[in-house]
Amino acid sequence: MTAVRFERVGIAFGSRSILSGVSLDIADGEFVGVLGPNGAGKTTLMRAILGLVRPTEGAIAVLGGPARRGNPGVGYLPQMHRSAPGAGFSGWDLVASSAGGGRWGWPGTSAAERRDIERALDLTDARDLARRPVGELSGGQRQRLLLAQALVGRPRLLLLDEPLISLDPSRQRSTVELVRRLRHEQPVTVLFSAHEINPLLGAIDRVLYLGNGAAALGTVDEVITSPVLSRLYAADIDVVRLGGRIFVMAGGHDIERAEHRHDA
Amino acid sequence: MLDYDFMVTAFLAAGIVGAIAGVVGFFLVLRGQTFAGHALSHVGFAGATGAVVFGLPPLAGLIGLTLIAGLGMGLLGERLTGRDVAIGVVLSLSLGLGLLFLHFYTSYATQVTALLFGNVLGVDRATLWTLLGIAVVGLGTLTFAARPLIFASLQPELAEAKGVSLPLVSLLFLAVTAITVAGCVKIVGVLLVFTLMVGPAAAAARMTSRLRTGVLLAPLLAVAEAWAGIALAYYTDWPVSVWIAALSGAVFLLTFVPLGRRPAPA
Ligand SMILES: Nc1ncnc2c1ncn2[C@@H]1O[C@H](COP(=O)(O)OP(=O)(O)OP(=O)(O)O)[C@@H](O)[C@H]1O
Ligand SMILES: [Mg+2]
Repeated sequence: MTAVRFERVGIAFGSRSILSGVSLDIADGEFVGVLGPNGAGKTTLMRAILGLVRPTEGAIAVLGGPARRGNPGVGYLPQMHRSAPGAGFSGWDLVASSAGGGRWGWPGTSAAERRDIERALDLTDARDLARRPVGELSGGQRQRLLLAQALVGRPRLLLLDEPLISLDPSRQRSTVELVRRLRHEQPVTVLFSAHEINPLLGAIDRVLYLGNGAAALGTVDEVITSPVLSRLYAADIDVVRLGGRIFVMAGGHDIERAEHRHDA
Repeated sequence: MLDYDFMVTAFLAAGIVGAIAGVVGFFLVLRGQTFAGHALSHVGFAGATGAVVFGLPPLAGLIGLTLIAGLGMGLLGERLTGRDVAIGVVLSLSLGLGLLFLHFYTSYATQVTALLFGNVLGVDRATLWTLLGIAVVGLGTLTFAARPLIFASLQPELAEAKGVSLPLVSLLFLAVTAITVAGCVKIVGVLLVFTLMVGPAAAAARMTSRLRTGVLLAPLLAVAEAWAGIALAYYTDWPVSVWIAALSGAVFLLTFVPLGRRPAPA
């Protein structure tokens, strides 16, 4: 079974093409790292899978059906914003606001929903964080809370947009480890976008590297290579492996790091 | 003081409007749209004065134009709401337009103070029924839409992905805001709408970290401040709006006084 299938998908905003002619299959239960420079289209790709961005050509299938908004089988952690509305309210309120999706009526959760929320909070070790006002949490603590939120409702497909932003290296490792472990507790396909390949090494099954309107999907060894990345970056790229880490270099600079410095 | 009919009406009017203003204000604060609420009241000024020029009841013009403006803001959606400059332009244009209408119809000028600063003691029975209608429709709509409204306010991208229609939620909310603003204008006036709508809600938001407590606390504060304002005005003979503004400001400032807040659990 495929969890996500792109068939000759093109996405454009006005005259600006973001992706063109992308075909790919992501199998059920795969853990895929989504990489690429700023503006390559990582967020756009996830929003297309969520049915929020309509491809200008081709078709996207998600969990056996066409991509559509409000699919209860899909969990989503949006890329973090600096501003957080409702910062004075508790993490629980934040997480619970999405339980039950977008149904109308007065807010409230059923006993089953509360149990599900507690289960998700326990998985990301965020039960205590949920009692505190969101505005008091550090960036990393807030990410743990939002990751728990993405797990509410036991999604079969998890789209995590840059969950490592503003985490220190040890928290980065533990977040990746958490997602990896999660897949043993509930079968789930994960798309996990990141700035850098290194925190994901050893955990992901395959890499989806975006750049220059194209996409390359394969194992780390197949994709993180000088020829493939040179095509995606439209520049001469060297891939240097050192002590179990991978450095993607252009003209002697580590571009995966430099590219994203502004987000930190 | 409750021997007087106009006082009873005033308490009823303030209670009705305070209840809905508190709830609407709570969501305005949550969504960071308080300035939009402020601008809507100024649109109401143009609506009320314009209605007089065209021989219509001012209250109809007030409600009509704020509602149109609220729906307009909702339709323009993210492109307008939260954009302070665009809202500020609408605000000044409306005041200018209102001034022009006054210029054509100078005999209405005596009532302008009531429009700008409110006149809850002058509310008549018919107005009271209109205010009740606003509150019932507004609170009914909010009760129906509270869940997606909270979700969309806290996490718009996620809400959208889960199937919430952000434009619809925004449209419904701004429509309710518009009629609520019109109600507030009758109590505290165009210039002091904040005192009833945003002051109590902002204080409530600072007093609790639980959303559902906040939604209920805001209208309680608003009604309490409005009633206390009327009572104080009765005994001091100062204008009601002065007292409501003072209480609203005082309660908000009080929330900054540290009350030995319990330490957050680690
Ligand atoms: N709604 C939109 N309208 C127009 N252009 C858009 C829109 N959303 C995204 N884009 C453009 O699409 C391109 C891809 O953006 P996207 O956010 O998907 O990149 P990304 O890979 O997630 O980048 P980052 O690493 O900075 O998060 C960018 O050039 C962006 O400007
Ligand atoms: Mg992105």
